[in-house]
Amino acid sequence: MRLNPNISQFVMKSLLWLMTGFTIFILIFIIINVSVKGLPQVTPAFLLEEPHDMGRAGGIFSTIVATAYITLVAILLATPLGVGTAIYLTEYTREGRVTRMIRFGAECLAGVPSIILGLFGFVLFVLKLGLGWCVLSGGLTLAIMVLPIIIRTSEEAIKAVPQEYRQVCFSLGLSQWQTVTRVVLPSALPGITTGVMLSVGRSLGETAVLLFTAGAGLRLPTSLFDSGRTMAVHFYILAREGISMPNAYGTAAILMISILIINLTAYSLMQRFLRRHT
Amino acid sequence: MHKEKFIEKVLFLLALSSITSLALITVFIFMEGLPLVLHTGLRNFILSSHWAPTRGYFGILAMIISSVLVTLGAMILGVPLGLACAIVLAEFSPPRLTFILKPTLELLAGIPSVVYGFLGVIWLVPLIRVYLGGPGLSLLAASLILGIMVLPTIISISIDALVAVPDMYRQGSIALGATQWQTVQRVVLPAAHSGIITAIILGMGRAIGETMAVIMVAGNALKIPTSILDPVRTLTSNIALELGYATGLHREALFATGIVLFIIIMILNLSATLLTRRR
Repeated sequence: MRLNPNISQFVMKSLLWLMTGFTIFILIFIIINVSVKGLPQVTPAFLLEEPHDMGRAGGIFSTIVATAYITLVAILLATPLGVGTAIYLTEYTREGRVTRMIRFGAECLAGVPSIILGLFGFVLFVLKLGLGWCVLSGGLTLAIMVLPIIIRTSEEAIKAVPQEYRQVCFSLGLSQWQTVTRVVLPSALPGITTGVMLSVGRSLGETAVLLFTAGAGLRLPTSLFDSGRTMAVHFYILAREGISMPNAYGTAAILMISILIINLTAYSLMQRFLRRHT
Repeated sequence: MHKEKFIEKVLFLLALSSITSLALITVFIFMEGLPLVLHTGLRNFILSSHWAPTRGYFGILAMIISSVLVTLGAMILGVPLGLACAIVLAEFSPPRLTFILKPTLELLAGIPSVVYGFLGVIWLVPLIRVYLGGPGLSLLAASLILGIMVLPTIISISIDALVAVPDMYRQGSIALGATQWQTVQRVVLPAAHSGIITAIILGMGRAIGETMAVIMVAGNALKIPTSILDPVRTLTSNIALELGYATGLHREALFATGIVLFIIIMILNLSATLLTRRR
């Protein structure tokens, strides 16, 4: 017996909408749950005080500083590499074996799980180069993690810059490099910024990489060679060892809300940029 | 002229950074882990589930099986849910609603894995313990949490695949009198199938490589699970749990565990790339 197409359409559409609704419900549940339990903990004192007694008391100031420090190192290293790659791929070569190889490398790198990156950072930076668990080891490893994100978004942004811009530059006698630095990069800047912001968001939430490269020292890191416990690692330790649920929720709320705001801003920036150019 | 050539060389070197990183990762993981595999023998390493690193037993079979089962479990939840969202967003939802729903669903990707794990412990694990029995920390809990975590990957790649299907296909099908669902089912989905398979493969890679959330909800017991309510230890959690204090052969064994994981991930990535290229 064949079902009436209109009935099966109605059933399937309802089912699919229901599943989409369920997914959105999960998302909203997560955001509301963490915010309701966590935000009441977030006071100026919580943000600006050092943690005491393993994080049982006090605030999370040192973990905020460590997070900012490590993320900054990662972004400063990954941005020139990623944008440089994107410029090379789009402006300096034709599609061919070399570009395919570079893109394949970036794609594979994007698929490498964070625990493998953690192992790698641990053996190379912490042990072999003797840096120890520190901000620099963590930043270097994170830079490798976010590199594919910056490459992909920068490439997309540079490709969206209309070809006429370049033709005008060449007809005015500008060199390739002048064209790139004076015209292409400035026009692609919002898109490149999106990539950098997404990388910041990804770095803030990362735990597995940093546990084994930056360590879990709770003291305020003052140099590149100090250990630093990021907010995500701090949250993991508080929650897993049951040290303090209120402080865990507070940390999670700040972490999650800042990542969500960064990602949303990045998304709208890219949308506006793409709409202007297409 | 001279300067331009120099700049091109520098940019080329920068462009090699991702490949170089990938090569370095491969070399270091293998260099650290391979001696142990040779020392214990491949059979005793991947076909034994006796893991007692302090006494010289390094069998990881139980963890391989657990990783595979957790990933399959995640797919049972993640694939239908993710595909449903992708179909709704690409085919059914009015453009104005899609404009809001798409970035909203992408927020799932921004939630840190430790937060997923934490909420799993707070909400999911007690539910399983009370209503289904067992310790709660289990293969099932890990699969459910991972099933949600792979959604952003599956949704975004599937949407791209569906949107890439030319509108003419849909118009032709509708013109022949097919309903919108028939069109999706018989025309759009078959046309987008290679992209959707890529989405599923990359989702699997994401699930098998996830660490922090799994450590928190899977229970980490060292045995081959016999029920979905049994606690399990995956390859990733084994590395993360023991790396902090491991030394000598034990540490090498963790890198060897990393090699197995790395090979699985590379096979998944490679098949995804080949699929995309054929299209």
